[in-house]
Amino acid sequence: MATTIIDDGVSAARVTSAGNRSGPRDEHRAGWLLSLPFLVLYLLFLVGPAVYGIVMSFFNATTVRPGLGKAVGLDNYRSILTSSDFWSSMGHTVWFTTLTTPPLVILALFFALLAERLHRAKALVRFIFFAPFVLPVTSVTLIFLWLYAPEVGLVPHWFEAVGLPPPNLLGETKWAFISVAALTVWWTVGFNFVLFLAGLQEVPRDVYEAAAIDGANPVRTLTGIVLPLLRPTVVLVTMLQILASMQIFNQMYLMTAGGPGTSTRPVMEFIYDTGFSDYRAGYAAAATMVYFALVLVVSLVWFLLRRQSNKEVGA
Amino acid sequence: MSQRSGGRSPLPSVNRRMVLGAGAGSLATLLAGCGSPVATGLFGAAPPTRTLTYWNLFAGGDGANMQTMEDAYRKAHPDVRLDSTVLSWGTPYYTKLSLATSGGAPPDVAVVHLSRLDTLAKAGLVSSLSPDELANAGLPTDNFTPAALQKATVDGTVRAVPLDTHPFVMFYNVEVCRKAGLLDGSGKLKPINGPQELTAALRAAQRVTGQYGGVVTITNDPSTNWRFFATLYYQLGGTVVADSGTRITLDDDKAVQALTFMQSLTRSGLLPKSVDPGGTTSLFSTGKAGFLFDGEWQIPTYRDTPVRFDVVPVPHVFGPKLVAFADSHSLVIPRNGAMDAERRSIALGFIKSLLDSSMTWAQGGHIPAWLPVRESPEFDKLRPQANYVEAATAARYDPPGWYSGAGSQFENIVGAAVAASQTTSQTPAGAVRAMRSGLQPYVTAIPPVG
Repeated sequence: MATTIIDDGVSAARVTSAGNRSGPRDEHRAGWLLSLPFLVLYLLFLVGPAVYGIVMSFFNATTVRPGLGKAVGLDNYRSILTSSDFWSSMGHTVWFTTLTTPPLVILALFFALLAERLHRAKALVRFIFFAPFVLPVTSVTLIFLWLYAPEVGLVPHWFEAVGLPPPNLLGETKWAFISVAALTVWWTVGFNFVLFLAGLQEVPRDVYEAAAIDGANPVRTLTGIVLPLLRPTVVLVTMLQILASMQIFNQMYLMTAGGPGTSTRPVMEFIYDTGFSDYRAGYAAAATMVYFALVLVVSLVWFLLRRQSNKEVGA
Repeated sequence: MSQRSGGRSPLPSVNRRMVLGAGAGSLATLLAGCGSPVATGLFGAAPPTRTLTYWNLFAGGDGANMQTMEDAYRKAHPDVRLDSTVLSWGTPYYTKLSLATSGGAPPDVAVVHLSRLDTLAKAGLVSSLSPDELANAGLPTDNFTPAALQKATVDGTVRAVPLDTHPFVMFYNVEVCRKAGLLDGSGKLKPINGPQELTAALRAAQRVTGQYGGVVTITNDPSTNWRFFATLYYQLGGTVVADSGTRITLDDDKAVQALTFMQSLTRSGLLPKSVDPGGTTSLFSTGKAGFLFDGEWQIPTYRDTPVRFDVVPVPHVFGPKLVAFADSHSLVIPRNGAMDAERRSIALGFIKSLLDSSMTWAQGGHIPAWLPVRESPEFDKLRPQANYVEAATAARYDPPGWYSGAGSQFENIVGAAVAASQTTSQTPAGAVRAMRSGLQPYVTAIPPVG
């Protein structure tokens, strides 16, 4: 979630066709030279460890000892694929993704549409929505731990104020998911909001004018013009959100530590627990690869959807 | 350029070279003192020799006692800078300790539960302590509780210096038990032997409280469920796993016998069927339960409440002799190639100083492992600690295994099965099956260490 390159796949093509005139060879060499520092770091710290992880998943590697240990072939994969702990943690990650993605996309779009209509103080509103996203996860969880605290917290107090018995917001599995999801929505909605705002600014003014002249009311303008033109952004935001929610670890680890028991433990924490607390580096590497394969499938779906929506916009 | 402008202005103009020079100069001064925290942080240089880093996991009453003991050391050794860090209890602590040690940056001294020592030692993370080295540091091995020292010994070498034994015990409300006629002439609890006598005592207490005879935490606390079960199951002579956790040795008949007795207490309403740690504290401290089964480390919790209580070992429900489930805190010197002899002797001196402060540590309810204190008349007068001192010699721990020990997966799995039986949602036989199936993946996995 740290860096996101927003590539609509259209602008890049235009740039390359325009800048072809002055010595393509020199430019190629300069390009490679300029990206060399990045490539070295990328190979050293991303590709290297990833390959080592794949190798490790076929060994009984131990976290606290150097070397790979005994080769075990596909044993790690066999036990991961049949481990109920792994699959239930995978289920928790999917459930968290299901809980967070719709509100994070719909609310962000809703707020962006409202903010777009403002004539004054647009920058201030943008700042207000984006501000929580800048907070570090430790601060956010600290704030929400206080809000959710039984007896003294503000949220249980609200329940009492409307005459409902306050639930155990972090101690009960069902509520723990909702509590952490609510925190995540508050914390990260600003990022999607900014993406939608950028998308809305791409919609040409004259389209609105044409619609107004044709006598379309605001609802018709939204459903007939804005949303279809915004489709690439909606697909992009939805897919980025699914990928971000699938990586849930920080908030969950800090708020519930996967508890009660392991009933809210996301798959990333399963990997952390087995790899670091239980020293089972090889086994955790195999779990990571299975998880990676599933995220890859999601990314492929995104890729296909994006290609299709670009084609439609281009036509 | 500087010459020309210098003529006009009285201030010397600042050029790029001067700025760079000044920057480099100040960086050099910053790094010159090799003890500077900046240099240590940036380059991982070793802190000065006479600084001692110490990690522990004590909060609350134990944390305050430990600070008093650290202060005593600081007062006696003003030349050593003691740098103590408290980390959160349980698995996160052991994860940090393991990774720091295998990453080559461990603390000089660390607290470790003896139930966790076996795995740490087999992973090569704690250094061995030879009998000579211990004797030279004033810590001869025959000055420790034998059961604790035995658990501190892995593969024939001592790896840890035991600090205490902390058993699972029975608390009783003095007023309730007096009214129930369970006290003798001197105001002490009459001995209870066998399942019938314990059930009868709980029933007598229930008649007085009008609510429960006793209480033991069931919800959200697998470790306590495991400890209560382990006490009774160990009394029957049962074991759970063997060979460093690679073989299940559960004796189904004995486990069912222990669980059936435990379930009979919740089923008949003598103990609550569902109660979390907060509920347990509230029931016992307000006199709604006459007995409490919990660790002695809860003594400070109840000392702050109006309840008048005393503490004894858990009765012999089964079996001929006293068996107490317990764990021990101990002090280890993590493996560290960069540690020289001088530093090591400072570390051992610190450990000795903590053991000499065992009387302070005992305030938290723990039985000192250091015999010069445990056998002193001063400790003998300490109540209720001295009541259950025999539990230290009869201590039985978690079985060794890479997934076992205080707050471990082993305790979670077995404890969850016990809780299901205690709430009566599962039969005792079903709970034993759940233990087997829960432990199976760990038993068949190739151990990461050992």
